[in-house]
Amino acid sequence: MNDMTPERDERAANLKGLGCSRKRVEDARFTQGKGNYVDDIKLPGMLHGDFVRSPYAHARVVSVDKEAALALPGVVAVLTAEDLAPLGLHWMPTLAGDKQMVLADGKVLFQGQEVAFVVAEDRYIAADAVELVEVEYEELPVLTDPFEALKSDVVLREDLAGQTEGAHGPRKHHNHIFTWEQGDETGTNQVIDNADVVATESMYYHRTHPCPLETCGAVASMDAVNGKLTIYGTFQAPHAVRTVVSLISGIEEHNIRVVSPDIGGGFGNKVGVYPGYVCSVVASIVTGRPVKWVEDRMENLMSTAFARDYWMTGKISATKEGKITGLHCQVTADHGGFDACADPTKFPAGFMNICTGSYDIPTAYLSVDGVYTNKAPGGVSYRCSFRVTEAVYFIERMIEVLAIEMDMDAADLRRINFIKKEQFPYQSALGWEYDSGDYHRAWDKVMEAVDYKGLRKEQAERVEAFKRGETRTLMGIGLCHFTEIVGAGPVKNCDILGLGMFDSCEIRIHPTGSAIARLGTISQGQGHATTFAQILATEIGLPADSITIEEGDTDTAPYGLGTYGSRSTPVAGAATAMAGRKIRAKAQMIAAYLLEVHDNDVEFDVDRFVVKGAPERFKTMKEIAFASYNQAIPGLEPGLEAVSYYDPPNMTYPFGAYVCVMDIDVDTGVPEVRRFYALDDCGTRINPMIIEGQIHGGLTEALAVALGQEIAYDEQGNVKTGTLMDFFLPTAWEVPNYETDHTVTPSPHHPIGAKGVGESPHVGGVPCFSNAVHDAFRPFGLRQTNMPHDHWRIWQTANRLGLHD
Amino acid sequence: MTDKMHVKLKVNGENREFLAEPRELLIYALREHLNITGPHVGCDTSHCGACTVTLNGKSVKSCTMFVAQANGAEITTIEGLGNPAALHVLQENFREHHGLQCGFCTPGMITRAAKLLEENPNPTEAEVRFGIAGNICRCTGYQNIVKSILAAADEMNAAKEAAQ
Repeated sequence: MNDMTPERDERAANLKGLGCSRKRVEDARFTQGKGNYVDDIKLPGMLHGDFVRSPYAHARVVSVDKEAALALPGVVAVLTAEDLAPLGLHWMPTLAGDKQMVLADGKVLFQGQEVAFVVAEDRYIAADAVELVEVEYEELPVLTDPFEALKSDVVLREDLAGQTEGAHGPRKHHNHIFTWEQGDETGTNQVIDNADVVATESMYYHRTHPCPLETCGAVASMDAVNGKLTIYGTFQAPHAVRTVVSLISGIEEHNIRVVSPDIGGGFGNKVGVYPGYVCSVVASIVTGRPVKWVEDRMENLMSTAFARDYWMTGKISATKEGKITGLHCQVTADHGGFDACADPTKFPAGFMNICTGSYDIPTAYLSVDGVYTNKAPGGVSYRCSFRVTEAVYFIERMIEVLAIEMDMDAADLRRINFIKKEQFPYQSALGWEYDSGDYHRAWDKVMEAVDYKGLRKEQAERVEAFKRGETRTLMGIGLCHFTEIVGAGPVKNCDILGLGMFDSCEIRIHPTGSAIARLGTISQGQGHATTFAQILATEIGLPADSITIEEGDTDTAPYGLGTYGSRSTPVAGAATAMAGRKIRAKAQMIAAYLLEVHDNDVEFDVDRFVVKGAPERFKTMKEIAFASYNQAIPGLEPGLEAVSYYDPPNMTYPFGAYVCVMDIDVDTGVPEVRRFYALDDCGTRINPMIIEGQIHGGLTEALAVALGQEIAYDEQGNVKTGTLMDFFLPTAWEVPNYETDHTVTPSPHHPIGAKGVGESPHVGGVPCFSNAVHDAFRPFGLRQTNMPHDHWRIWQTANRLGLHD
Repeated sequence: MTDKMHVKLKVNGENREFLAEPRELLIYALREHLNITGPHVGCDTSHCGACTVTLNGKSVKSCTMFVAQANGAEITTIEGLGNPAALHVLQENFREHHGLQCGFCTPGMITRAAKLLEENPNPTEAEVRFGIAGNICRCTGYQNIVKSILAAADEMNAAKEAAQ
């Protein structure tokens, strides 16, 4: 058999399956400018839509005069709430069980809110007409602070007046949305009250925005003759969009085709359903022509999909040796004018209850209050699973604060509290069952790789040199060990608008041994067409290069809940493997028939079935594919196809250990990342090249959020960061090179052991960068300062600590 | 609406003529009059560089120029850099080194990189990073873009040497 070994390896290599750094099949079109994004779509007779938006954060809309706009040559229609009301489309349901105005119905609740939709022959005429729509507003008091909102007499949501029950239980105040509690409050309080050590801290995780390079947009085309509606759009969940459009428009679902073409980055921004989509559809129905709507960058930052905005207060208790005994977390969550957070229905604060992190914390309690304010709705998961960035930031800061409280090294404190390898599957105090992990191995590997002790020594010497006046630069060592929770999720507890969060894959093998597989997900840059073909290549023994992957067209792809929350590999990836196994099972019967042996007498070998004990007798998958079309096999239907709808038994729990070494100029407040070491464990690795690319990208988005990126409002509710002039997106000049590393702890419940990786670097990166800033100032007494740590804020921190004296 | 003007451009080696309002931005003229959809609109404020083209020998953000200003110009877009049978060295290296993900910034990024390597055929890593700082990528963190450009520079230099 030894003679067979090289041949077998060679055959496996030819498949370009699991574990191979296969080059991306998507790149040919993208590098040649032949991608097909929404704004590239041009249909005959297509009109352009544009919004009249509110300049005020809170105002009554007294009147909308559209006469002058309608008189402009080239303007076809101007829609207001009044026009949508007869169709019942002036409001729409949100993903969070609330409702949201499509166009202002009597009042506006945030700056940039959609007031009227102008439809014109081209985008310039539409923009001219927007200026001609006269809206009379009557200003109302503005609430941008959730704590003020909970005390104020001002009623933001008059449509909900008197409703004491919301989608997620009782409402305590007219600006209160929900309280969500997890864990044991009494037990946690008792543990904390009686603990040797307690550290308490409050922190604000600021509002920011996913800001993909392509903004949101849609082209809607109603074919009045056939009664068919086609919508091309920037949708991370095209199938769910079809269902929602059907439910709110009354058009039967089979008459709606939703297509997500190439998507220029999503990061959560394109999960929600926005007024622009609805208005494009209505405008197409009204005008009988295709209508395109594409938001500009300012509209994007002001109105679609903010992220974060969590005010978090924690208490963490420990024994005098540093063993954590309890964790208490209270959150006030600013959801803006409508609760449009994109979370599974039963989780109004997402998976914030992963906030016990990587640590074995026996008792914990979490309480989240959602609050209405005069800010944009959204609450999407910006490159993270639902609210996991907030949770991980919270626990990783609380660990640092506890280390300060106990005068301990924060790395040592983490190490003695990690969940141990033998404790998996681990039941967390807040209700999750972590599938697998080996945190100590990952942590120790990183500590050694960066020479942690050496770094601490260097840092101590730097502090001394600073005190002696020999340097004006401090050194921070940022640590983070994160545990993600991704792959939503099991239908038993995860749904969006009642749709279970399974996902799907359908495979057709062609007679000549190539294949097409369609999935319910949609790539936004993750490279699904490359990686899903690799999963399948290994499962069915056909080369990845002979497998086309298609997603995003609801007329052809099987139903699935889309791509966000790192769910594609854990859920659709699993469906792909399972569908592949169905193909293989049928192929086994065909092979046995062709080889004239019993089904059980053949076994799969890379790209073929061989007779057990006689490997020279085999049928390749290519031969089997042809036979399935060409032979009448008793008891078997012709053809070779399979479909799998995969309901995951559990979430997956990727984890990682990161270290950031940062130098901070005390006089300018400029931080410079000297080194960033990222070890990720995402279980089985499908394509190392793509994983590494995801890590680089996620870390860069983390750097942005930690060091400068925010959606800031003034007291009147004006967005202060509405263009890329003010909203920080790092350039190549500001971004370091990252060092990546990995361990592999497969998920025990996933068919191929993969866990998902796209969001890990963002989830773990933000606290790591932030901890580095904090750590630089720890020797001078800093305990907590809020992000984003831009130059000005860092300078202020240094100043407050007396370092400029 | 203003009167339309007769615009003449030489785009990717071809003479093109069309009627456009003078206030139309060059990016929309390219995308909507000429169906050249490689360059994209990412920000409208000339920060992101997704709309980068080469105009009369210089990298230009085509969202910040009126078509009237561009009249008579010679323009190269991503579509003019290579073709399926003969890719530009940068196009090959972006694929080889995973220098792109969603692909939205890629046309502008490669167009800018091509100009950068013309201006400076032997850049250091810092020069590459500075040279593409007008082009934002949200996906890659730039590390592999920089790698792609440096690899392309090496390959182009090696080819030049071999030719001499």
